Amino acid sequence: MLKYTLRRVLGMIPMLFLVSVVVFFLAKAMPGDSLSGEIDPTNTNPEYQEEMREKLGYNDPVYMQYYRWVTDFMSGDFGKSTRYKMPVADLIGEKLPNTIFLALTSLLITYVLAFAMGMYSGRKPYTLGDNLIAGFNYAGIAIPSFVAGVFAVYFFAFKLNWFPFAGSVDIEIDKGTIDYWISRIHHVMLPAFVLGMFSTASYTQFLRNDLIENSRKDFVRTALAKGTPMGKIYNVHILRNSIIPLVTFLGFDIAALVGGAIITEKIFTYPGIGLLFLDSVNNRDYPTVMAITMMLSAMVLIGNLIADILYGIVDPRIRLG
Amino acid sequence: MTSKSKTPAQTPLLEVRNLQTGFKIDKQYYNAVEGVSFTIDRKQIVGIVGESGCGKSVMSLSIMHLLPKGIGKVRGGEILFEGTDIVGYNEKKMNNIRGKDISMIFQEPMTSLNPVFTIGFQIAEVLLNHQDITKSEARAKAVTLLKNVGIPRADQIVNEYPHQLSGGMRQRVMIAMAIACQPKLLIADEPTTALDVTVQAQILDLLKNIQEVNDMSIMLITHDLGVVAEICDVVLVMYAGKIVERATVEDLFEYPQHPYTQLLMEAIPKMEEEKERLATIEGLVPSVKDMPEVGCRFANRCPKAMPECMQITPQLEDTKGGHEVACLLYEESWPREERVGAR
Repeated sequence: MLKYTLRRVLGMIPMLFLVSVVVFFLAKAMPGDSLSGEIDPTNTNPEYQEEMREKLGYNDPVYMQYYRWVTDFMSGDFGKSTRYKMPVADLIGEKLPNTIFLALTSLLITYVLAFAMGMYSGRKPYTLGDNLIAGFNYAGIAIPSFVAGVFAVYFFAFKLNWFPFAGSVDIEIDKGTIDYWISRIHHVMLPAFVLGMFSTASYTQFLRNDLIENSRKDFVRTALAKGTPMGKIYNVHILRNSIIPLVTFLGFDIAALVGGAIITEKIFTYPGIGLLFLDSVNNRDYPTVMAITMMLSAMVLIGNLIADILYGIVDPRIRLG
Repeated sequence: MTSKSKTPAQTPLLEVRNLQTGFKIDKQYYNAVEGVSFTIDRKQIVGIVGESGCGKSVMSLSIMHLLPKGIGKVRGGEILFEGTDIVGYNEKKMNNIRGKDISMIFQEPMTSLNPVFTIGFQIAEVLLNHQDITKSEARAKAVTLLKNVGIPRADQIVNEYPHQLSGGMRQRVMIAMAIACQPKLLIADEPTTALDVTVQAQILDLLKNIQEVNDMSIMLITHDLGVVAEICDVVLVMYAGKIVERATVEDLFEYPQHPYTQLLMEAIPKMEEEKERLATIEGLVPSVKDMPEVGCRFANRCPKAMPECMQITPQLEDTKGGHEVACLLYEESWPREERVGAR
């Protein structure tokens, strides 16, 4: 297993290299730079802008710029945000906890709902309850998160006033108190639910179908012939088999954990990585954009690796050499 | 109540009376097992023989209450286990019987075990279901059971997963599971069909051995008359959901009476004959949907069929010394009211 993990980690290096090339040249290919984003062209001396471009190295050959960026990146220097005038690493570090908190809450809601609904639907397929759950899920899959998000803000925040409509915490509460955490949870619930809606729906339907499929397997008959009660067969024999395909989803989730949800964070003005990413693109803050993109790429690779390792743990037929 | 007055020695272990099992097709039930009656005594090995689709497996699943839910259903008759009718038993009562008094092994050892649990877990499960023992005791017992069914390195195998074992080994595991609680009856549904010929013989020997040691009865379902000859005491020949012949194994092989049985015998390859091709029985078992209402169900494939075979349903009756047959070639099989007129 250790050998396998090491091999996979080594295999990531060329992948990350390719990603870095693509990220860098895409960023370069975008129109404008940090000097044309926020600066009012009528109010600034073009000669000064040119001078700054020369100073920041924007006029150097592209390969040199790439080399400079990538060597800095590898030594842990992600560059300086041209917008916030602070190191990108610090900037990301500031937003990351919010995003992770949102993602974990969303994941928790997803798992609790998906397992409860999936187990029910899978055990009692084609009943009224199953059909209601299926209806809910089709809505969850069909309604895009930007529509669901806007409606959620409108109804639950503005109309019913159950949840706050923006931010991650009330500003007047002191950090570290219990109230602070309650406020954070209160702020995160609505975006977490909207964020998790799609995956809840797909998890539920996936789990349901897999439970139905596995409940027709021969080993279920064997377990019955041993005198095992049906409830235990579902909770132990069948569920244990049905968890295996869900591990694939977990791989994606791990990437999403850090990637955050660009659209959801924007709608709820939730100060996380997604919102930072979107603002950075708008402000042509390329060091930040590139650093976040690289981080997301790495997380996708790591997520897949974790999923593959988990496969070996949950499915004894896949043992890693 | 009457059963209680009899001592267990007198009541047969299993008595099936006029069992009818139906399957729902397009909202209508069709019987796959049509009025089957037989008994299995203690320490007896009863073979049930017939082609695919003749209702052998359905019958065994009926006894175990393992018919597919909502599709298969026992529609009539009684299944008396030690004198008590278990047809109406609910899940909970059946769970007390399954694995403890009656257990079952299946045809497909490859898929019958749960792929994600260790062998030890799966054997321990049946023990924990029925006995008041701890997990570690069950584990230890699982190792002993594995040794008893002839599995080498039992203390290692107990921690392995089904995919690490061969088909024959998995069937041994299935047997270990089935005999764990020393059941009175073991239903073996084609236990050797999916295995190599050499392994088949080993598994049959094992079953025979265990049967003798544990004083257990076996209901052995097979389409292989060779298997029957090897270990059975009594044989039931089934065709299209009905029993067509019942005899001791010696009697059946010596004097097969029903034309169907005779044809089955001819289909067995024999060493002394030099035949290019084996005999086959033309045609197929009629499907449950278009089963003839009256007459012999085998008539359309039977080389000895008479015109009456299409109109008169033969009865399973004793022809001589316990050898029962349902065929109009034998006078005993004619319904009483038809006997004089027809002859």
